[in-house]
Amino acid sequence: MVHNLCNNPLKPAPVLGYIFFVASPQLSHRCHIFARQTGIFFSINQLVLNMVARKTVYRILIAGFIFFSFSNNAVLIAQDGKALFNANCASCHKMDQDLTGPALMGVEDRWPSKDLLKLWIKNWPAAVATGDAYATKMKDWSPAAMNQFPNLADADLEAILTYVRDWKPAVAPTPVGGPAEPANDNTLLFGILTLILAIVAFILLQVNSNLRKLADDKDGVWSPEPIPFWKNKTYLGLGTVLLFIIGGVFVSKGAIGLGRMKNYQPEQPIYYSHKVHAGTNQINCMYCHGGAQEGKHSNIPSVNLCMNCHLAINEYKGEQLFDGEGKEVDGTAELQKLFDYAGFTPGQPWDPAKAKPIEWIKIHNLPDHVYFNHAQHVTAGKVACQTCHGEIQKMDEVYQFNDLSMGWCVNCHRESKVQFSENGFYSIYEKYHDDIKNNRLDSVTVEMIGGTECQKCHY
Amino acid sequence: MSNKIWQNFGAFKQTDKHKAAVQDEFQEDLPFDMDDKGLLDSKTPRRDFLKYLGFSTAAAGLAASCEMPVKKAIPYTNKPETITPGVANYYATTYTQDGDVQSVVAKVRDGRPIKIEGNELCPITKGSTSARAQASVLDLYDTHRLRFPAQVKEGELVELPTFEAADKLVMQAMAGLAGKPVLLVSNTITSPSSRQLVAEFLGKMPAGSRHVAYDAISHSAMAMANELSYGKKAIPSYHFDKAEVIVSLDADFLANWLSPVEFAKQYAKGRKINEANPALSKHFQFESIMSMTGANADERYTHKPSQAGAVAAALLGAVRGQKPAVADAAVAAGVGRAADALRKANGKALVVSGYNDINIQLVVNAINEAIGAGGNTINWGVTSHYKMGDDAAMAQAVADLNAGTFGGVMFINANPAYDYAGAEKLIAGLAKTKLKISFNTRLDETTQYCDFVFPDHHYLESWGDAEPKSGHASFIQPTIHPLFKTRQWQDSLLRWSGGAAPVTAATDSTGKILPTVAMGSGNDYLSYLKRFWMQRLGNQDAWDRVLRDGLIVPAEAPVSGSAFNGAAAEQAISALAATKGGGDWEVVLYHKVSIGSGSQATNPWLQELPDPVTKATWDNYAVISAAAAKELLDIDLTNNGDIDSYEVNPAKPVLKITVNGKEMSLPAMIVPGTEKHTIGIALGYGRSAKVGVASREAGQNAYPLTTIGANGMASFGGFSATVATTGDKYEIAQNQVHGNYEGRMEVVKETSLATFAAHKTIFKDQRDALVHDYAKKEGDYRNEGSLYDPRLNDRPGMHWGLSVDLNSCNGCGACVVACSAENNIPVVGKTEVLRGHDMHWMRIDRYYVTDPANPDAVKDVVFMPMMCQHCDNAPCENVCPVAATNHSTEGLNQMTYNRCIGTRYCANNCPYKVRRFNWADYTGADSFPDNQIGHVSDTTLDMNDDLTRMVLNPDVTVRSRGVIEKCSFCVQRLQAGKLEAKKQGRPVRDGEIKTACQQACPTEALVFGDVNDKQSAIRSVREHSPLRMYYALEQIHVLPNVSYLAKVRNTDEVEEVAPAHAEGEHAAEAAH
Repeated sequence: MVHNLCNNPLKPAPVLGYIFFVASPQLSHRCHIFARQTGIFFSINQLVLNMVARKTVYRILIAGFIFFSFSNNAVLIAQDGKALFNANCASCHKMDQDLTGPALMGVEDRWPSKDLLKLWIKNWPAAVATGDAYATKMKDWSPAAMNQFPNLADADLEAILTYVRDWKPAVAPTPVGGPAEPANDNTLLFGILTLILAIVAFILLQVNSNLRKLADDKDGVWSPEPIPFWKNKTYLGLGTVLLFIIGGVFVSKGAIGLGRMKNYQPEQPIYYSHKVHAGTNQINCMYCHGGAQEGKHSNIPSVNLCMNCHLAINEYKGEQLFDGEGKEVDGTAELQKLFDYAGFTPGQPWDPAKAKPIEWIKIHNLPDHVYFNHAQHVTAGKVACQTCHGEIQKMDEVYQFNDLSMGWCVNCHRESKVQFSENGFYSIYEKYHDDIKNNRLDSVTVEMIGGTECQKCHY
Repeated sequence: MSNKIWQNFGAFKQTDKHKAAVQDEFQEDLPFDMDDKGLLDSKTPRRDFLKYLGFSTAAAGLAASCEMPVKKAIPYTNKPETITPGVANYYATTYTQDGDVQSVVAKVRDGRPIKIEGNELCPITKGSTSARAQASVLDLYDTHRLRFPAQVKEGELVELPTFEAADKLVMQAMAGLAGKPVLLVSNTITSPSSRQLVAEFLGKMPAGSRHVAYDAISHSAMAMANELSYGKKAIPSYHFDKAEVIVSLDADFLANWLSPVEFAKQYAKGRKINEANPALSKHFQFESIMSMTGANADERYTHKPSQAGAVAAALLGAVRGQKPAVADAAVAAGVGRAADALRKANGKALVVSGYNDINIQLVVNAINEAIGAGGNTINWGVTSHYKMGDDAAMAQAVADLNAGTFGGVMFINANPAYDYAGAEKLIAGLAKTKLKISFNTRLDETTQYCDFVFPDHHYLESWGDAEPKSGHASFIQPTIHPLFKTRQWQDSLLRWSGGAAPVTAATDSTGKILPTVAMGSGNDYLSYLKRFWMQRLGNQDAWDRVLRDGLIVPAEAPVSGSAFNGAAAEQAISALAATKGGGDWEVVLYHKVSIGSGSQATNPWLQELPDPVTKATWDNYAVISAAAAKELLDIDLTNNGDIDSYEVNPAKPVLKITVNGKEMSLPAMIVPGTEKHTIGIALGYGRSAKVGVASREAGQNAYPLTTIGANGMASFGGFSATVATTGDKYEIAQNQVHGNYEGRMEVVKETSLATFAAHKTIFKDQRDALVHDYAKKEGDYRNEGSLYDPRLNDRPGMHWGLSVDLNSCNGCGACVVACSAENNIPVVGKTEVLRGHDMHWMRIDRYYVTDPANPDAVKDVVFMPMMCQHCDNAPCENVCPVAATNHSTEGLNQMTYNRCIGTRYCANNCPYKVRRFNWADYTGADSFPDNQIGHVSDTTLDMNDDLTRMVLNPDVTVRSRGVIEKCSFCVQRLQAGKLEAKKQGRPVRDGEIKTACQQACPTEALVFGDVNDKQSAIRSVREHSPLRMYYALEQIHVLPNVSYLAKVRNTDEVEEVAPAHAEGEHAAEAAH
C-alpha cells in the first residue's frame, strides 16, 4: 500500500532517493512512493500490468461465455433483484450486517415459510396478525418499524429473494500496490542480468586485448603493454560519460518532481471516509463542496454542514474501516471526534456557536503563481470531480490522485472539449460554429479558444 | 510657427546629458563590484561568477529540498450563508475624510476589504472615485493606527486595559472640571445623525459647551460671503456640466476644491468632442502657480497671489462693461476675454474662486449674479455640505481656550495642532485646559498634547451616514470586524453622556458578530443611527434597502437661484482696492491632488503617486518659474549646461524662504507656467514621525506659514517672502525623467479647436500618410505594413481594446492608485524612485505645449495615461529568450512571471517604456527575508507587514525579485467576467468587465471592451471619432490595442499644419 508511508506530511523525494532506489531495488518497498510520484519504472510496471490484465481479460471472457450460455435467465432475474433490492431495501438492510434492519443473509432459512416472508415484506402487520412466532419476534427487533411494500409484485419479491440467496461477500479487493510487486522482482532480475552481461562483456574485452597482446607478441609485432582498465582513459571516459548521463537524467527528473505531491495522503484530524459518504451513501459531492460550483475554491464543508446529518447519525454501522496502516478504525469514535469539535452531545440540542474549527490538512496544493478556479471546470466545463481527484468515492482517506503538474493541466486542456454548443457564452465564436455546421470541425477543444495560453492560469 | 511638445527641459533643448540618458534603458550599471572596468576586465569576475553560481545552486537546492510545508485548510465552524470562500462580496459604504464624501462599494474578499470602487447608484459621483478614496483601504491596514484606548503621558501611550476602565477615568476627570464647559473640535461633520448626537451631548454638558468645525482646506469664506450676499450661511451646488464658460480664480476644482470628483465628472462632459460639430466648454484659469485644474484650462493667466482681489474686482468690472483695471497687460487682456465669454454665455457660465477671502468671494458672487449663473449653473435649491468648517468660530474657540474658558476639549478626527492656521495658539490654549481627549486614529500632532486617546474605527469598520448635499444621504456600514480595540467616537460620547453601557459590537465568546437582535434599542451609536433613520424612513425594509444601495437619492428638483443682495459686494470691491500689494516675492500654499491636507499622508500609495504637474513623489518643494530660476539660482534654461546640472541629476538647489519670520528650506522645482515672482509650497507634508512610516522624511510642514486673516479666515497665499540661496542640494524623486521616447514626440497629439475646425483631418492625415507610404497595395496598413502577418492574430472570440480620451483626462491619478490596489503593485519608496525603479503599471505622462522659444509660455498641458499597449506585433515578445511574454488570442500581451528570468530585453525593446522590473524583493516573496534589509525602503518593509499584506488582491500573483511586470488589462477581471458569463451561459455583456483604471476614472476618459463585439462602447468610440483617433507611435507598426483620442483645447489660435507624410521617417532621422 502506498499511503502507509505517508501518514506524516510528505517529504518530497530528495534527489538522492532516486539514486538509492536504483541502487537497491529490494528496498523499493520503502521507496515505492517515490516511484509512484515520478513515474520511474512506469514503463515496466505498465508492461507487467498489461500482461496481468490481458490474462484476466481472457479469464473473464471465458467465464462470461460459459455463464451466458447456461444461465441466461438467472442472470436477468438476479440483476432485476439487485436493482429492486437497491431501490427498496438497501437503505435499511445489508446482507452481512445489521443496519436499521437486520442483516438479510440466509433470511429465507430463518423464516418458517417463504410465503410468510413475502407477506411480511409486503405488509408486515398482516404477517404478525397470522400469529406466527417468528414474525412476532421480528416485530420487536428494532423500535423503528419496517416500511411496507404493497406495490411489490410476487415476481419482484422472488427476484429480490433470489438475489439475497445468491449474494456472496465480495472478495477483498487486491491492494493497490499489489500487481506492482512482480515488477520489482523483474527489475532486480533485469538489473542483475545487465550487470552480469556487462561483466561478461568487460571480461571478454579484457581477454580480447590480452589475447591480442599475446598474439602480437607471438608474431613479434611490438605492441604496448595493455593498460589496466582502471587507468584506461577510454574506460574512464566512457564511465564518466555514462555516470554523467545517468546522474543527469535522475537529477533533472528529481528536480522536475520537486514539490509535486502525487499520492500525498496525510493523516487528517478526523478519519473521514469519502468512500462511506460519497460511495456507499451516494451523497452528491456538491452537497459539501458547493463552493466548487460558485468560485475558485472547492470549500471544505463547515462544521455546521457536517452536523446537518450528524445531529441524527451518531454511530457508524457500515462496513469495517481501515486506515492506511491496515488498522481498524472505529467509525463511531471518529464521529465522536467531530462532536468534540462541534461541541455536541448526542441527544441534546446543539449550539453552533460553541463549535471549534477543524484543522484539516490541505492535500491539493498549487503554487501561488497558478490561478485555478473550480467553477470554471465544474460549472462551465462540466468536468467530473473524479477527472482530477480520482475515484474519490472509493477512497477512505483521500490522497492526491494526479501530480497536478503543468504538463498534466496542459494535456487536458489540449484534449478536452468545451461545452461549445451547450453554453451560450461560446456563441461569439462564429467561425467555429460555421466550421462545425459545414463539417470542417467536429468539436472545439479548450486549446482552440486559447486554453493553453499563459494568462489563462498565470496572472 | 508650430508649437513644441515636451516633457522636460532636457528634451526641450536636447541637451547632452539628456541624450546620454536616452541611450541607456536603465539608469545604472549592473550591480557588481567591478572596479569601474567593466565586467570582463575587472579583477575577479570568474571567481565572483563561481561564487554567485555556487551560492545560487546551494540556495536553490536548500530552498527546494526542505520539507514541503504542511498547509492547513480550516473551514468555518458555522458558515454564513452569504459568504463563499474565494468569492468577493460587495458592500455599499461611504468614504468620508476631511469633509470629502464619496459613496463607494467595498470589495470584500474572505472577510477582508481589498478594493474600493465608486457606487454607480450615486447621482453625485456616478461611480467615480478620487485617488484618496481609492487609497483609503490601505489606511485600514496601517501599522501605525492606534490599537487600544490609552492615556497619553509625555507623548507616549499608556494602554488602558478596557474601555470600561478608560471610561471610568474619563468620567472622573469630567466630574473634576467643576462645571467648566467642554469644547468639541472637528473637521466638517458630514453625518447628520452625528451632528444631532453632538448637539445632544453638548446639551448634557455644562453650559457654554460648544462644538466648532474647521477644515484644513478651508471654504469658510464662501459660506460667510454667501451669508452676506444671499442671507444663507451655506454653499450652493455647482453645475460645471451646464457651464459653457468656466472661469476659475485659483479654484483647483478638479483636485481639491469643494467636491472635486463631482466637478471632474461634470467638467468632463463639456470636454467631450462630437467630431461632426466640434464644440467645447471654455475654461479660463487665473492663478499664481500651475495647479492641476490650471493645467487643464484653455486659457491660463498668472498673477501674483496678492493680486487675486484686483483680478476678481477687474473681472466684475469687465463683466459690467468696464475696462479691466489690472496692471499686468496679459492678465488684463485675459480678464477682458473671460468677461466677454462670460457675458456671451447667456447664463451658461460659472465663476468660482478658491481664495478663502470673504471680499473676493463676495465679488465672485456679484460676478455670478451679473452673468446670470444663479439658477443656471449655481443651484441654491440643493446646498453642498462638504465643507462646513467655520474659521471665525474656530478662531473664537482658540481665543477662549487661551482665556481658560474651557475645562475640557475633545478632538474628533481633527488634527488642528498640525493643520490649523493658528496651531501655535491652539497648542498654547491646550496647556490651559485641564482635560484633553482625542478620538484620532494615530498618535498625531494633536493627540500627543492630549491626556486620553480613544481611537476611532476606520470608516470600513464603522457605522454611519453622511449628507454630501441637502436631501442626499450616503450610508456607512462596516465591512470588517474592527481589527483593533477601537471604538467609534459617537459611542464614546453616548457612553459619557448617557450612562448605560453601549452595546458596540454584539459578539459571542468566539468573537463572531451576532445578528443585531437588539439593534435600535441600545445606547450605542448603531442603535442611535438606526433610530435616527427609522424616524425618516419608517420601516425596516426601507432601512435594509438604503444599506444595500448605500444611499438615499432625492427626486431631482429644478435648479434654482437665490435672492441676491449686492451691497456687500460693492463694499468688498472698495476693500479689495485698498489691499496693499505684496512684496517682491510671494508665497502661495497649495494642496496636491494626492496628499491634500495631509490627513492621509501616511498612505504609501498616495505618497508614491506623482504630482500631475511636477511628476514628483514623496516630497514637497518650492515651485518657481523659469524666470525665477535664472534670477535666484542662475539656472538659465536656454543654456544646455544649466539644464543638465539642474535636471538630469535629480538633486535640486535648496532655497531658504522666510515668511513672517518663519523659515523654510526647500528644494527648488522649476515649473513652467508659474508666475514670475511666486513660490508655491504644498501643504500636507512633514508629518510627525509617530503617525506612520510613509510620511517620515516626506517633505516639510508648510502649515506654520499659514496665517489667520480678517474674520478669522485661514489664509493660504499672498505672503511676502524673502528668498535666499543656500548652496545645499536636495534630491527629489521625479519619475518622468525615467522612461523616454527617444524624441518620438508624435506619441502625443494635440491642437487647438480653431485649428481642428479649420483642418479637420489634421490627425487623420498622419494616419492616412502611413497607409499611403506603407500599404500601397490594398490600403491596409495593419496587414500590409510589416513582414509579420498580423492576420495570424485574428482568431475568433474576444479581442480586448482600450481607448483613452486625452480631452477628458485631467491627470488626477485615481487610475494609478486603483491600478496599484487591484494589481498588488509594490510601493518602492523614495530612494528607489530616485533610481528609476518605480513600479507603477500605469503612468500619466505630462506634456507641456509651448512656444519653441520660450518654455515658460505654456499653451497647453496634456496628460497622457500610458500603460502597456498590448501590441499585436509586440516588439517585447520576440526578444524574450524564454517566451515569458507572448500574445494571447484575445489580444493580450501576456506576462508570465514564473517563466521570466529577468533579462529585461523586453523592457529595452518596449517603445512605450511601460515594463517594470523588480530590482529588489519589494514584496517579501523571496525565501530569504534578509534579502530585503538594506535594499528596500522602510515604507516597502512596512507594506510587507502581515497586517498591511491583508490588502493584497488574492487573484493576482505577488511578484518576486528579478521579474518584469506590466499592465495586464486586469486579466483577472477579464477571466472573472468571462467565467460569470459562462456560468450563466451567455456571452459577455459590453461594459460588464471594467479595468480598475476605467472604473476609478471620474471623467470616463477610459473605455475598455471587446473590439470584436460590434455593439461595444470601445468599437463605437473608435468608429465615431475617426478624426481624432490614433495609435501611439503607429508608424513603428507594433499595432497597439490601446487607442488614443487626440486632445483639442478650446483656443482660437490657428496653428500651422505640417504636411503629414513620412512623419515616422523624419522622427527616426531626428532620433539618430
